[in-house]
Amino acid sequence: MRERMARLRDDRLRWHPTANPYVRMALWVVGGVLAAVVLIFGEPSLLVNGLLLGSALALAAIGVTLIFGILGFAHFAHGDFMTLGAFVAYGLLVGVFPAWGLTQAGLGPFTFGFPLLLALPAGVLAAAALAVGLDWLIYRHLRRRLAAAMTFAIAALGAAFAMRAVIRGTMQAGWDTQIGQLPRESRQFIQLPLDIGIPPDNLFLGLAAALLIVGLYLFLARTRTGKAMRATADNPELARVSGVNTQLIIYWTWALGAGLAAVAGTLIAVSQAQFTPLLGWKMLIPIFAAVILGGIGSLYGALLGALVISVAMEVSTQWISPSYKPAVAFIIMLVVLLIRPQGILGKSAQDR
Amino acid sequence: MPLLEAADLVAGYGPVDILHGVSLRVEPGEFVTVIGPNGSGKSTLLKAIFGLVTPRRGKVTFDGLDITGIPTERLVLRGLGYVPQSANVFAALTVAENLEMGAFVRKTGAAGRIREMYELFPDLAESRRRRAGNLSGGQRQMLALARALMLDPKLLLLDEPSAGLSPGVMQTMFGQVKNIQEQGVAAVIVEQNAREALSISQRAYVLADGGNRLEDDAAELLNDPEIVRLYLGG
Repeated sequence: MRERMARLRDDRLRWHPTANPYVRMALWVVGGVLAAVVLIFGEPSLLVNGLLLGSALALAAIGVTLIFGILGFAHFAHGDFMTLGAFVAYGLLVGVFPAWGLTQAGLGPFTFGFPLLLALPAGVLAAAALAVGLDWLIYRHLRRRLAAAMTFAIAALGAAFAMRAVIRGTMQAGWDTQIGQLPRESRQFIQLPLDIGIPPDNLFLGLAAALLIVGLYLFLARTRTGKAMRATADNPELARVSGVNTQLIIYWTWALGAGLAAVAGTLIAVSQAQFTPLLGWKMLIPIFAAVILGGIGSLYGALLGALVISVAMEVSTQWISPSYKPAVAFIIMLVVLLIRPQGILGKSAQDR
Repeated sequence: MPLLEAADLVAGYGPVDILHGVSLRVEPGEFVTVIGPNGSGKSTLLKAIFGLVTPRRGKVTFDGLDITGIPTERLVLRGLGYVPQSANVFAALTVAENLEMGAFVRKTGAAGRIREMYELFPDLAESRRRRAGNLSGGQRQMLALARALMLDPKLLLLDEPSAGLSPGVMQTMFGQVKNIQEQGVAAVIVEQNAREALSISQRAYVLADGGNRLEDDAAELLNDPEIVRLYLGG
């Protein structure tokens, strides 16, 4: 009798809504209907801007999936690397460049001037250097001790908190505020047919992201280091046997991931004409939703996931308050985890 | 002078020793088979030679140089190749990219060697753009072999090359391995299916419990009734 009770309890604990085929089918149908509603009834303007903003999200999500592929853990500090890149750019644009006499001379229809083209690479370099430095200081030693993936993820969370605290403190000390305004040099709007209005900054963001993604693809497909990176993600032991210095590959991965995150953070700050120390942290749920939707470890998946999440988030503002945007991403992530945990392009456990 | 000499190797994982003093010698161009029951330390021996497991005691000399404890990345340039037992190809990379990775440490000039590999393994030439993960078991082993041959090694360490292959494919595989010998490459072959390996080898070692049990000409072992009963399946 007691045995039967125990077995019953075990079965209940093991029960899972998606073990039921009808529940699974219902979730697929609901997901499909929602996707159709977004595509048919979504305002064209929100769809287009969702895609453009999604390309920035894609830069961040690709970094997370790249780091997961090589290092095997969820990099929870990724949002704060976006913040760091944006913060360095903000500090230069608002605090340093004016003192050097670099004015915000306009650049075409964009809200920003050409100094951004100097500030952006500076932010990228700062983020890449810090990421490589953190690996040298912390993660390298965790690897040597064969620490569990969870230990790495918690260490990353600690790094995230520390980075944000330092940025907040610097913000407070330097500007006596937690919300920094970026100068707006222009307020033009690009008007397309179908009532599509695009802020020129979003177009810049989309183009820059597209160029970087194509560049990353060429790097991974064609260069020696890129191939070694894919090889290391695929089979680290065999890469070492082939003579690949995997530690160097890991540094490359950090530099690329953090650099792309810095670009994404800076462009989002510019597009919102605002910088806050919470900028990247708020992106963390959409980033992970994109990575999980696409299939963790898959680069195309991260790109696709980011575009879908971003469009869903933008179009949702048509019906619900924009404050719920992260909730939209979170719900998509939950549903994907329930009905297709391996993501759209990910491999299921059996295929591996 | 022997090409490879491992003397009195003691090695293992963590605090546990698997090898309790194993010695092995390979002459230039010679094929040597290592047989023994599961857990006798065959794979660990290869890993200790290749620097994947750091020996606690003993010495490995390759081509006149002491290579004990030298990191793996540097051994491949000295003419030592290794084919692991499992996960021995980059599944997500194409066949051509796998071969390129085989020559990773040499920054240029892989193209010519890749063409030679395609001549040696025509099957691979036909599927050069396919992902290694989509190849058949036999093609995968050939690719693993070709990858290890990319740097033109003097000595190949083969860990269970026939693992998971059907008997027919296994025959082909050993045929390919024999072709390699005609190119002057020496090899240490660790095998469960010892009969095939012995038939293409000159000498063999029998390991038991992490130590040398027997060393003899391969032909002698094939005719030894006790060895046949114990290791060659009757």
